[in-house]
Amino acid sequence: MLEIRWHSRAGQGAVTGAKGLADVISTTGKHVQAFAFYGSAKRGAAMTAYNRVADKMIMNHEKYMEPDFVFVIDPALVYTSDVTINAKADTKYIITTHLTKEELVKSQPKLEGKEVHTVDCIKIAQETIGRPIPNTPMLGAFMKISGMYDIEFFKESMVRILGKLPQKIIDANMIAIQRAYDEVK
Amino acid sequence: MAFDKMELRDIEVWDGNFAAAQALRQCQIDVVAAYPITPSTPIVEGYAKFLADGYVEGEFVMVESEHAAMSGCIGASAAGGRVATATSSQGYALMVETLYQASGMRLPIILNVVNRALASPLNVNGDHSDMYLGRDSGWIQLNAYCPQDAYDLNFIAFKVAENHEVRLPCMVHQDGFMTSHTAQGVKTLTDDAAYGFVGDFKAMNDMLDFEHPVTHGVQTEEDWHFEHKARQHSDLMTKVMPKIQDAFDAFEKLSGRKYNIVEKYDIDDADVCVVCMGTSVETAREVATEMRAKGIKAGVVGLRVIRPFPFFEIQEALKGVKAIATLDRSSPNGAPGMLFNEVAGCLFNLDKRPLLSGKIYGLGGRDLTKKHLVDLYTELQANVDAGKVTTQLQQFIGVRGPKLSFL
Repeated sequence: MLEIRWHSRAGQGAVTGAKGLADVISTTGKHVQAFAFYGSAKRGAAMTAYNRVADKMIMNHEKYMEPDFVFVIDPALVYTSDVTINAKADTKYIITTHLTKEELVKSQPKLEGKEVHTVDCIKIAQETIGRPIPNTPMLGAFMKISGMYDIEFFKESMVRILGKLPQKIIDANMIAIQRAYDEVK
Repeated sequence: MAFDKMELRDIEVWDGNFAAAQALRQCQIDVVAAYPITPSTPIVEGYAKFLADGYVEGEFVMVESEHAAMSGCIGASAAGGRVATATSSQGYALMVETLYQASGMRLPIILNVVNRALASPLNVNGDHSDMYLGRDSGWIQLNAYCPQDAYDLNFIAFKVAENHEVRLPCMVHQDGFMTSHTAQGVKTLTDDAAYGFVGDFKAMNDMLDFEHPVTHGVQTEEDWHFEHKARQHSDLMTKVMPKIQDAFDAFEKLSGRKYNIVEKYDIDDADVCVVCMGTSVETAREVATEMRAKGIKAGVVGLRVIRPFPFFEIQEALKGVKAIATLDRSSPNGAPGMLFNEVAGCLFNLDKRPLLSGKIYGLGGRDLTKKHLVDLYTELQANVDAGKVTTQLQQFIGVRGPKLSFL
């Protein structure tokens, strides 16, 4: 079982990202689950989304999770939410930030001693898609860190999932995914 | 017919709402009259989009309330069409008056209920309060545990409800958010296979058959009211279960997926068991397997059919178990809990009665964790070892503050 928790703000695309990732993984024969905590969240409110991946049918519907990966797609959530909650000793973090890893860990001591990767998904999204929607770049960074799939396979799959969007938005997303893949540290 | 077919992959990653919307498309519903409410809105939105995109030949009726939504469904169904809608929580509560109309008029409407808490305090998350509110309304109630079930049970619902020996409306329940907004792999049917399973709608006593005029929704006083209600109850008690079983059998033949009136998991040699509904059934199955690895013979009984209540099937499933806990996800507000009472009724006349306790859990979407279930099975084993219920009969699981237990 692989478990992922997303930290996001409502409107940044964590739910779409989690469902998109689940869709890609499902095509490779694995079982998937993607869900989120909504509450009465308004656009901009901190929220979390979740992925589970397993080789057999996923029966567990508890919301509690000790994640293998934590994705933070809004830079401020590292300070305003506890992104380390319910984490394991070997949980890996991929965090959107303009800071270096050292600066980030210094500014949020809870991340000390953890496996932390940084990538500026907001900047990448703004420069490619033209809007600060950091969900697809985060998935590019995840492909690099996890080595889950070949990046070309992943991008091809995402083209299908983004299928209904205008071609130039799809193209921009592909560049964003590739840039995050290349730039994540 | 004048609509397009949709190519689906064998496995689609859908949440429970979209799975239900796809099933409504494939059943080619004639009329959906609906009013939106979280978390069920995407079901009727989905149908409306399929309709607008030319994938369904039907009518979407926008109304001013859930009471009007069900009233519209009743009119359309009486007129002789295949009819469905969806609702949750407060909307369901507003529909209650018309739920009784629909069943009393013997109209085979399908209602997707995405289970959600009832105010006050207001809460949009999943529990079973709305589902419990309608359990005496004369509808058939089927229960999904995951998006796959929500998809499949819609086909079963039409097949059963529209059978001329049944002619009763049917609800398909799924857990708000935990199923409705949780995306999982759903094995699909082709449009042709799905429609072939439910078949063309065959009208009966339809209002628009001008050669054979009929009256719907009449008044009967003490001269006839009791006979009508008794006949409806009699049909629910005797005619519905065999048709559900037939539909399950036919569906298994078509899809390979097997549904049962009562879903038994590791129950044959179980010492301890929980009885529950919705997503909790699947989580409990995972925990039961883990308990067996620790030497506790744990099982799970899930209700697939809530109404009519599977009295003898539950009795049969539980008669050899030593300690049982019922899990009610609705505040009983001054009583032991629906499942506790119903299960107690099943077990009371057995020669050897299992130990029975009832738990209230998960209100307003509160998480039921695996840890809760581990503790529960451990407590049930302690009951077995002591030969008696070691706690009070009713306990609350997962509520903050001092431990609550009663009776």
